[in-house]
Amino acid sequence: MAAATVRGVDRNTSESLMSLKKAVTAASPLALRIVAECPVTKARACDLALPHWTVSTPVFMPVGTQGTLKGITADQLESLGCQICLGNTYHLGMRPGPDLIERANGLHGFMNWKRNLLTDSGGFQMVSLVELSEVTEEGVKFKSPYDGKEILLSPEKSISIQNSLGSDIMMQLDDVVSSTVKGPRVEEAMHRSIRWLDRCIAANKHPDRQNLFAIIQGGLDAQLRKACLNEMTQRDVPGFAIGGLSGGEEKDDFWRMVTLSTDYLPREKPRYLMGVGYAVDLVVCVALGCDMFDCVFPTRTARFGSALVPWGSLQVKQKQYAKDFQPIDPDCQCPTCKRHSRAYLHALFKSDTAAMHHVTIHNISYQLTLMRSVRQSIVDGRFPEFIRTFMKRMFPSPDQYPGWAMEALASVNVALD
Amino acid sequence: MAGSRMQLELSRVVHGTARLGVLKGLGSTGQHSLDVPCCLLYTHFGTVPHLTQDTLHTISSLPFVTQVALSHVAEHQDVLEEFKDGLKKFAGLRDTALFCSLHDPAAPCPTGYTTNKTVSVWGSGGRIDMSVAKFMALQKVVQPDWYQSMADGETWQINASRKRVRKSVDRTLAHLDECLLLHQKSQELDRVSMFGVVEGGDILEERVRSARETAKRPVAGFCLDGFQSGAMDPTLRIQLISAVTKELPEDKPRLLQGVGRPDEVLECVEAGVDLFEGFFPFQATERGCALCFSFNVSPDPERAGGTQTDLDEEQHTAGETQPNGDLNCDDQTQMTCFEMNLRDKRYQDDFRPLVEGCGCYCCKNHQRAYVHHLLVTNELLAGVLLMIHNTSHYQSFFHSLREALAGDKLDLLKKRVLGGSCQLADGINVDNSKRNDRD
Repeated sequence: MAAATVRGVDRNTSESLMSLKKAVTAASPLALRIVAECPVTKARACDLALPHWTVSTPVFMPVGTQGTLKGITADQLESLGCQICLGNTYHLGMRPGPDLIERANGLHGFMNWKRNLLTDSGGFQMVSLVELSEVTEEGVKFKSPYDGKEILLSPEKSISIQNSLGSDIMMQLDDVVSSTVKGPRVEEAMHRSIRWLDRCIAANKHPDRQNLFAIIQGGLDAQLRKACLNEMTQRDVPGFAIGGLSGGEEKDDFWRMVTLSTDYLPREKPRYLMGVGYAVDLVVCVALGCDMFDCVFPTRTARFGSALVPWGSLQVKQKQYAKDFQPIDPDCQCPTCKRHSRAYLHALFKSDTAAMHHVTIHNISYQLTLMRSVRQSIVDGRFPEFIRTFMKRMFPSPDQYPGWAMEALASVNVALD
Repeated sequence: MAGSRMQLELSRVVHGTARLGVLKGLGSTGQHSLDVPCCLLYTHFGTVPHLTQDTLHTISSLPFVTQVALSHVAEHQDVLEEFKDGLKKFAGLRDTALFCSLHDPAAPCPTGYTTNKTVSVWGSGGRIDMSVAKFMALQKVVQPDWYQSMADGETWQINASRKRVRKSVDRTLAHLDECLLLHQKSQELDRVSMFGVVEGGDILEERVRSARETAKRPVAGFCLDGFQSGAMDPTLRIQLISAVTKELPEDKPRLLQGVGRPDEVLECVEAGVDLFEGFFPFQATERGCALCFSFNVSPDPERAGGTQTDLDEEQHTAGETQPNGDLNCDDQTQMTCFEMNLRDKRYQDDFRPLVEGCGCYCCKNHQRAYVHHLLVTNELLAGVLLMIHNTSHYQSFFHSLREALAGDKLDLLKKRVLGGSCQLADGINVDNSKRNDRD
């Protein structure tokens, strides 16, 4: 086993050297311009130029798992101001499959989305959705839930699928371990993720038009994170993701790993914090220096009638809203709030799926508007003040502020009291 | 006439009974109108299924009238009472007139729950018993522009006895008289139009009696109930509808309930029907189908519905699509020959729009392969895109129908509609045995 690993490293090191040379000659299809940096926190506002659109960061990226954003048309998403959204490689690789999407001019053509797309590696779903998966140095082995056939998702395979999808940002295949797992498995996964990164870089057929992001692993162990950061930042990748978090770990561990990562990540490259989408987490992690976020939560919760509002959330299906004739959020400018009341949405949930679409639109609008406000406050040099106002609105009283958030913000010089 | 300003102006009568005209005096100020024949906009509690206002308004030339069923509304009576400003405002509907029907034409309505004094509607929370008093109290809070009177329409079952049919006619007339009385007394309903309901099952004398009696009352128009697809033999249905419309005054509109198949629409227009409920596109959507029948009678190739070449192609496609597609009208949930089943594997790598030349949002932006993918992965966008296309296609069909009436092309239109995929020798002549002999 050990010998095999060593051999793997040798082979992959030589490959990675080759790809490093390639990367130096080919300019990556990404440019990050830092528009403003918060003088107090680590927050920054950037313009991230990608092949299909320039993205204003910090940015929340809605998740369109199967080539569609849950009942919302591409036009609606565009008019909400969405500049980049996600597709899932695992789902799309299964159905309709990479060949078909390639024939449809990539995922952009297939779903007719004119702006940017980011695709994940497929590894996360494999581990979280598929029961029979086994991780070896080669890749992730699993049984197809559709026909039971055994499939190997290797770094090369993941990149090949993502090349077919044609996303603007591709993610490396990483060895995902639950963030609550401890011990040698975490270290193994971290090292393997580095080796897989090199294989992914070498496998990318379109470095001129598809950006490959590395994913920092290392669990909740600061030493492992640092080691991973040290190795990965030596690779010439266009951007970095902070992975292996937001999986049920303590928030105290979570924010420390985030801030540690941004401390070591290069200033001139985008930082993507994976799987984060709660409003408080977004604001805090922007303060810790992250630029990009994604999460299924806002759209998933919408379908259960949960609308996101500056003071938390509002369960439209609850009886108390049956005769509440205000919009979800009277200050919200989204198409749902401009036309419909809580009472109508409450009633419509009993009659038609359009009720879900209304709340989905509202929630995407909430997330995107929140990030636009965050960005504007960074540009205006008043981000710390924004945080204080945001927290006051979100929590009924300061003694309900979560301790981890206060600590995290204090670490970047923002006192809440 | 119960305060109504609704007015039908006929511009043309073709083949003695098929009517082309304009229904005027709609909307809060009465300045809106509806070209007939036409179908109303079908909704669930004011929302076109699957669509938000943004997606709905990608469709050009929507009819000015939106339909809502009391069965969806009844359970929210207390809410509307507290809201006070009517359902249109409550549902965020602007620039539309509202027609309130008793039942949802696309939802099953179990029988056996009517009495001399009450009828039942079925909402999401179950059955709601309705007396005329409750019915009229609901109309006052809904504040539609136009509604049908309460009716006992439980005669569509095959074995409804003559006695039961007679009773339903009597009850429906009694309900109408009571509704009219309350309507005239009500200030809230001052400018609202009421349609009387013609019942009578499949018995000619009862149909004629119901029509004659209803026509004596001061109603703004007529609903023809109990003719829904599957309720009776189509030939008998046309005979009965013709007999009914003969009894009705020329200058008042006739709304046929529960009929939506394009071939049946054409037959019924020929029998003197002006208005239809627009639920057919919704039913096609729910079974993962896209309407694809041809209806183009215009020499202008820009108009939707396909040219002759498209027709040939569609014929070919639809024939392939559904070897079991059938003309059996018994089951309203079953696929008809006017649509293509996008769940079918053949569309997996079909990068054409749903219908070549269609100008709807779905066809302009998406391909069959994508809609197929959305259907097999159970994605909500499938319903959205199909509903946009189907509504648009169906509205265009009605536009074409009016054009055909205006230009003496009704026979050509029938040929187009039926010739596309439903290869019927002579119009609709369907017996109850399944017809699988298309090719």
